[in-house]
Amino acid sequence: MNILLELLQGFGLTLLLFAITLVMAIPLGLLIAFCSMSKFKVLSVLSRGFVWIIRGTPLLLQILAISFVPSFVFGIPNKAIYVGLGITLSTLNFIFVAIAFFINYACYFSEIFRGGIESISKGQYEAGQVLGMTKRQIFFNIVLLQVVKRIMPPMSNEIITLVKDTSLARTLAVAELYFVAAEAVNIHVSLMPLVYAGLFYLLFNGLLTILFGKIEKKLSYFRS
Amino acid sequence: MPLLTVENITKRFDNLEVLKGIDFTLEKGEVLAIIGSSGSGKTTLLRCLNFLEKPDTGLIKVGDEVLFDAEDNTTFSDENIRLKRLHFGLVFQNFNLFPQHTALQNIEIPQRLLLDSEIKKLKQDHRQYRKSKKLPIRQYFDCLIEQKAQRSQYREDRLIDIKDKSLRLLDRVGLADRADYYPYQLSGGQQQRVAIARALALNPDVLCFDEPTSALDPELTGEVLKVIKGLKSKDSTMIVVTHEMKFAQEVADKVIFMADGVIEEIGTPDEVFNHPKSPKTQAFLANSLE
Ligand SMILES: Nc1ncnc2c1ncn2[C@@H]1O[C@H](COP(=O)(O)OP(=O)(O)O)[C@@H](O)[C@H]1O
Ligand SMILES: [Mg+2]
Repeated sequence: MNILLELLQGFGLTLLLFAITLVMAIPLGLLIAFCSMSKFKVLSVLSRGFVWIIRGTPLLLQILAISFVPSFVFGIPNKAIYVGLGITLSTLNFIFVAIAFFINYACYFSEIFRGGIESISKGQYEAGQVLGMTKRQIFFNIVLLQVVKRIMPPMSNEIITLVKDTSLARTLAVAELYFVAAEAVNIHVSLMPLVYAGLFYLLFNGLLTILFGKIEKKLSYFRS
Repeated sequence: MPLLTVENITKRFDNLEVLKGIDFTLEKGEVLAIIGSSGSGKTTLLRCLNFLEKPDTGLIKVGDEVLFDAEDNTTFSDENIRLKRLHFGLVFQNFNLFPQHTALQNIEIPQRLLLDSEIKKLKQDHRQYRKSKKLPIRQYFDCLIEQKAQRSQYREDRLIDIKDKSLRLLDRVGLADRADYYPYQLSGGQQQRVAIARALALNPDVLCFDEPTSALDPELTGEVLKVIKGLKSKDSTMIVVTHEMKFAQEVADKVIFMADGVIEEIGTPDEVFNHPKSPKTQAFLANSLE
């Protein structure tokens, strides 16, 4: 019973990381998508280059890299930061992990957003334009919902991958679900904690799958 | 005075000169049919009139208002163009209805969004007014509340008008019973008729059609052509690019035959169809009769 409680705590941290990543990565991803599509060549090249680097290297590496940034780039040891901010080392590590996660996922999302936006036919924009709409109005009233509908399948895939990726947070000893389960295996000399952890992931992803199914169904009232 | 004046419009894409100096005028209530083989620049001309393309040279005038003058850069800012576009309507070859909106909503939404812009402007004016009066705080807020109520009343009234008007337009294109259908539930001919109603809803001075029936199955072109014919009146000025020669002959007051980016021949339907002067026109007509 004790084990389950510990696992539940780990799962809480998993959920927190999941939620922070989603909430931050969606708007940031949209911003990156717009930069990548920008008419200003410099901006779009920089943005696409950045996305290329992030998508081309392991998240694990990015987590470590982020945790090295303060000391190696700014010459401030991590200890100085968490003492200075009055937080614990594990909180600081969690912050590093969260930053790496949302930057990484923002890049993946941005490619999905860009693909979705670019897949909308030029005719939709032009129809809006000749009907006197502003660019904003066209985006929010005409294009957005069509994009949302188109990107739902790849977004659900990515979000389900995110659930499983949260276990990479253990790299900085963040006590998320997998980390807790692996420790419990050592302490209790039993494989059960890992089985339970697997069930947690499975259950949560099951719920997400149902949710995405509902959203896709809701958007099935039109075709484009 | 002509309703529409087009002078020396030219347009090139990279090395391709697509329009090589187009001039014509159109009186109010006239229907102009533009014919010509594919690639002759018909679509590009309509797109220039609707400011989807920026002509390289030339002048576009509606009444005595200059909408576009290539010499004068100030006429081509984003917000300027948006308002100028409202003088023209464009019905596309492939309809371009908004798939997530019903037939009725497709007609309503451009009007609603214009209303939104108008109310936003009204809100600014109201704020200006409040500030200029230098009211004591209590009266200031009373005024604010009253203005807000005024605006929301205005909005409600207008939304009712918009809905009425949109339903009437749907009726006019013969689709009163399809108001709540989504585009994918309509045939091509029905979709195009919704698109026509949508364009009409903004009361453009000149309504342009770019081959409105060429994306349709042959058995559906009739219903669309009939609707367009039915729009002809002394107040509605139209430009129709079409391959339907019989239709052009029946409905047009003026016909332009375009070839390689120039107006090869212009005249009444009788002149152009029955007594074409240019050999190119003769060849084109002979071809299209086959
Ligand atoms: N955006 C564009 N970029 C480059 N070439 C274009 C573009 N739009 C049209 N053209 C070219 O201009 C010519 C005229 O096209 P268009 O106006 O569509 O002719 P039409 O409608 O009479 O068939 C064609 O050769 C076409 O390939
Ligand atoms: Mg064309």
